[in-house]
Amino acid sequence: MRRAIWLVPTLYIVFLMLPIYWLLNMSFKTTNEILGGFTLWPHDFTVANYVTIYSDPTWYLGYVNSLTYVSLNTVISVGLALPAAYAFSRYRFVGDKHLFFWLLTNRMAPPAVFALPFFQLYSAVNLFDTHIAVALAHTLFNIPLAVWILEGFMSGVPKELDEAAYVDGYSFPRFFFKIFVPAIKSGIGVAAFFCFMFSWVELLLAKTLTSVEAKPIAATMTRTASTAGYDLGLLAAAGCLTIIPGAIVIYFVRNYIAKGFALGRV
Amino acid sequence: MTLELKNVAKRVGTDTHIFATNLTLATKGFNILLGATNAGKTTLIKLMTGLERPTSGEIWFDGKNVTGVSAQRRNVSLVHQFFVNYPNMSVYENIASPLRVARIRGPEIERRVGETAELLRLTPMLRRRPSELSGGQQQRTALARAIVKDSALVLLDEPLANLDYKLREELRDELPRLFEDRGTIVVYATSEPSEALLLGGHTATLHEGRITQFGATAAAYRAPPDLATARVFSDPPINAAAVVKQGGEVALNADVRWPAVGAIANAPDGEYTVGVRPHFVAPAQQSESAVGLDGRVLVTELSGSESVAHFELGDQTWVAQSHGVQAYEIGEMHRFFVDVSRCLYFGADGALVTAAAA
Repeated sequence: MRRAIWLVPTLYIVFLMLPIYWLLNMSFKTTNEILGGFTLWPHDFTVANYVTIYSDPTWYLGYVNSLTYVSLNTVISVGLALPAAYAFSRYRFVGDKHLFFWLLTNRMAPPAVFALPFFQLYSAVNLFDTHIAVALAHTLFNIPLAVWILEGFMSGVPKELDEAAYVDGYSFPRFFFKIFVPAIKSGIGVAAFFCFMFSWVELLLAKTLTSVEAKPIAATMTRTASTAGYDLGLLAAAGCLTIIPGAIVIYFVRNYIAKGFALGRV
Repeated sequence: MTLELKNVAKRVGTDTHIFATNLTLATKGFNILLGATNAGKTTLIKLMTGLERPTSGEIWFDGKNVTGVSAQRRNVSLVHQFFVNYPNMSVYENIASPLRVARIRGPEIERRVGETAELLRLTPMLRRRPSELSGGQQQRTALARAIVKDSALVLLDEPLANLDYKLREELRDELPRLFEDRGTIVVYATSEPSEALLLGGHTATLHEGRITQFGATAAAYRAPPDLATARVFSDPPINAAAVVKQGGEVALNADVRWPAVGAIANAPDGEYTVGVRPHFVAPAQQSESAVGLDGRVLVTELSGSESVAHFELGDQTWVAQSHGVQAYEIGEMHRFFVDVSRCLYFGADGALVTAAAA
């Protein structure tokens, strides 16, 4: 029995990594090899797919566009959620609990419901096909999420810290930015990570609100597939590259996420 | 320099946290706020700092009305029960922060932080973060932050309650020395009567949002104005029992009676409540005037050189506290002796029967 102790984790990791391996595997193959037969590793190894992505603006601008609106969204969401979460965690006001719950219910509406009104609205105010349009649309579900996460972290900071700072002579803004924000920096990291992730993987609103100038990478991938036949190697390479930003961000917040789980807010 | 509360009251919604309070605190010695949990100690302290505004009444400091002045603009310091320091700053920066906010010059900050750290024996830890320190050191850092400001009013809200026994004793011995000759008004909130007695100065007892007594600590201890105050200012809890005074005698029950001596001697006949502090209930006869009580021993506690016995007398539980290790048998009858000359008597309204009133 004791010898088999490695078995379950190994199987778990194998199954977990298999699709990612297959994607990576495909990205280094030619389309002919992919369609030709079953090979466990690329026999006809090529980096041509990656070269295409890095040299063709319609491809790499997809990444630039996605990263632009995702970053914008993360900054807006966390920036607006900070004061809101502070109010929810520190003050009692009429309807505070209802408001907090109502905020969360925004998270429950499928984005598809908002696709059409948003499209109409953004077109009317000339924001269609801009990065800020997508960033603003994504705050619909990211601000409630960020408020929810940050409120948990803020409530974990004793109110006595606020009092101590006021008695020491700190004004509210100085206390907030010099003492309070550093005290919940792990919470800000976690909130930023989730905003980044949800905005990064959301496709429907991003696709609906853009056409050329701000087209996200996922949209580029679907459109390429339909026009130039199935260039599977190229799509696999693009897929591999979309994993990277998320992997980088999660590396930086990996320790904070556990803390978020402990607070029950992730 | 004085801090005066004039008819200060605090209500939150329909709850009254502090009833109209008049209190004048001076710089001489510690001003102790003694009360059980929820008695209103922290609320009173917040009112004094300016973190909360009184619902009615005025707060005067050094001859000026500061009722509406925010905590930032009052020259006060506060140390909480929990170790509150700025987690993202080093100990040095923590101590320096009130000075930086007050825009004091660099060399001056360095000198004052150095002196304060030396005073609180924090010099070797100045580069560390508060989270890397022990509880005692964290609370020292908080104290250093309060002292470095040289504020006119220092409020200590149960500063030792979360420390373990040894550290608490150590820091309690240091506290009076830290504030000596500073010309500061020091307010110290605690729920432990023994702490009040050790720190001396003046004591205000708080009971359910009211200050029931304020005066020199020893005098306040000896003459509680009513039973509630006596309960607050007694650990272990004071023994209280209904007695009937008839003629020259006080009767606890059919068997136990003793001569009415002291303040009760001239009081009219009737029903009273007797209050006996546990250390006046001895396990052996020590004086001629002591009266015996036969009780069944329920629980015994041994704390260092003190023995505490809880015993059953009729339908009441009494507590006896004595020096040395006493051999009590749990469940057995034991004869305890009450020093009747030390008994306090309270009238039907709960007020202390004094010789003057009689």
